[in-house]
Amino acid sequence: MFTVFKREISSFLSSLIAYIVIVVFLLVTGLFMWVFPDYSLLDYGYASLDQLFVIGPWLFMFLIPAITMRFFSEEKRTGTIELLFTKPVTDLQIILGKFLAGFALVIFAVLPTVLYAITLWFLADPVGNIDTGGILGSYIGLLLLGAVFVSIGIFASAITDNQIVAFILGLFLCFFMYSAFDSLKLLNLPVKTQLILEQLGISSHFYAMGKGVIDTRDLVYFGSVISLFVMLTKTVLESRKW
Amino acid sequence: MSVKVQDLTKIYGTQNAIDHISFDIAEGAIVGLLGPNGAGKSTTMKILTGFIPQSSGQAWVHGYNVAENSLEVRRLTGYLPESNPLYTDMYVQEYLHYVAGFYQVARKSARVKEMIDITGLGIEQHKKIGQLSKGYRQRVGLAQAMIHDPKVLILDEPTSGLDPNQLVEIRKLIIEIGKQKTIILSTHIMQEVEAMCERVIIINRGKMVANDSVAQLQKRATGAASVQVEFSAAVEAAVLKKLPGIIDVKNEGGNRWLVSGNAKADIRKLLFDFAVQKQLTVLSLNQRENSLEEVFRELTRKK
Repeated sequence: MFTVFKREISSFLSSLIAYIVIVVFLLVTGLFMWVFPDYSLLDYGYASLDQLFVIGPWLFMFLIPAITMRFFSEEKRTGTIELLFTKPVTDLQIILGKFLAGFALVIFAVLPTVLYAITLWFLADPVGNIDTGGILGSYIGLLLLGAVFVSIGIFASAITDNQIVAFILGLFLCFFMYSAFDSLKLLNLPVKTQLILEQLGISSHFYAMGKGVIDTRDLVYFGSVISLFVMLTKTVLESRKW
Repeated sequence: MSVKVQDLTKIYGTQNAIDHISFDIAEGAIVGLLGPNGAGKSTTMKILTGFIPQSSGQAWVHGYNVAENSLEVRRLTGYLPESNPLYTDMYVQEYLHYVAGFYQVARKSARVKEMIDITGLGIEQHKKIGQLSKGYRQRVGLAQAMIHDPKVLILDEPTSGLDPNQLVEIRKLIIEIGKQKTIILSTHIMQEVEAMCERVIIINRGKMVANDSVAQLQKRATGAASVQVEFSAAVEAAVLKKLPGIIDVKNEGGNRWLVSGNAKADIRKLLFDFAVQKQLTVLSLNQRENSLEEVFRELTRKK
């Protein structure tokens, strides 16, 4: 598992993808946080990082499938998957190695935004008067959401040997999991169904964590979705044996 | 037994890619797996390495069942797949380190260096794999297959795409390694089998049609031996045909003849004596060493 993880990390570092993803993420969140007048924190008047956590999931929706799209599709296309699967590692170890590599990149992208939080701390009046709990909860939520997107992206990549198909499929699935349930609940449905639909989507859990409350139900939700997609990936990879 | 295969069958859809194949391979043997394209060589190798499972039958590597103890089997085998897939974005050394990471390789750096020496990758070792020529990539493929000192090496067409010099070197290398390891290799080139393998298994359309030592198979062919001879002057076919032990005579243009005769009598001597008697000069006299090829063609002819 660690071997696969290391290889993916060094592949990130030797290709441009990782740098582009991190730079784009920081650039866009930075612009929205500090520069664009309509959104900027400086004009907003409230000491909150809401912009980051609103824009973050949407950026991840594009960037994470871009990171994960080559994970399995490229190995399938070039045939290296045959080497990988004849090494003494289980399929699950391979998937987890790649998953962790993708997740590590997400962490590296998010890490510098802690600077925003620190800046906010000093901008607040009086200094330090910010919703630390809410911000911390949002960060955990953002990382978990990133992890879910990584697992979705890996699944999309395992399905096809075409990276572009993997990217588009990953993007769609991420979008669907994040926001489609929220929109679907607006259909004229019984209240109970609406509630269930809302609970199925990521955004309700993500925003629940943003309030600064780490609820086990939300954690279980994120864990379940990640496991689901990891298991789906495993099933897809094992289909070579059918 | 190093490798044991029993009634192995693989069915793709309705097609039997391999059909009840059984063989044993003793430790330290170099075995050639031959067959026309699509005969089932690669499928057999893929099952042995645990990449795909068989439909029925069993296979063991050093006593470990390839289906049940797949991880153990993978630890004991080194595999070079047919198309030699590699990560082209990695450096040679980096890649070998990476592969070594999958196994408990003691003193990794020393081992990587050793493999680079053995496979003659020295001058190319600091390049990216994508920049290497096909022959050097093949060496990288071999190096990664052997990095963990496996007991069994499975090489799917290890010499394809190599230039004649590299061919000789890689063959030498395989023979050298084969002194301590069991090697199963597939190839289309018969001289290669004669040069490297002790045993040959021939598969045709999924069925095993031969499993014998190279010497035995060659004997099977030599019902007739062919000799190509060129005389300095014209000879009549009828005259040649009358010689004792000659079965068939064919003109190959000018004064060149392809003479086939009983394998037991050496017809070269016969032809030479004939030439002396007729006061002819023998310009060339070649034994056709294609016996294995003949056997192969005969066994794999469409039935």
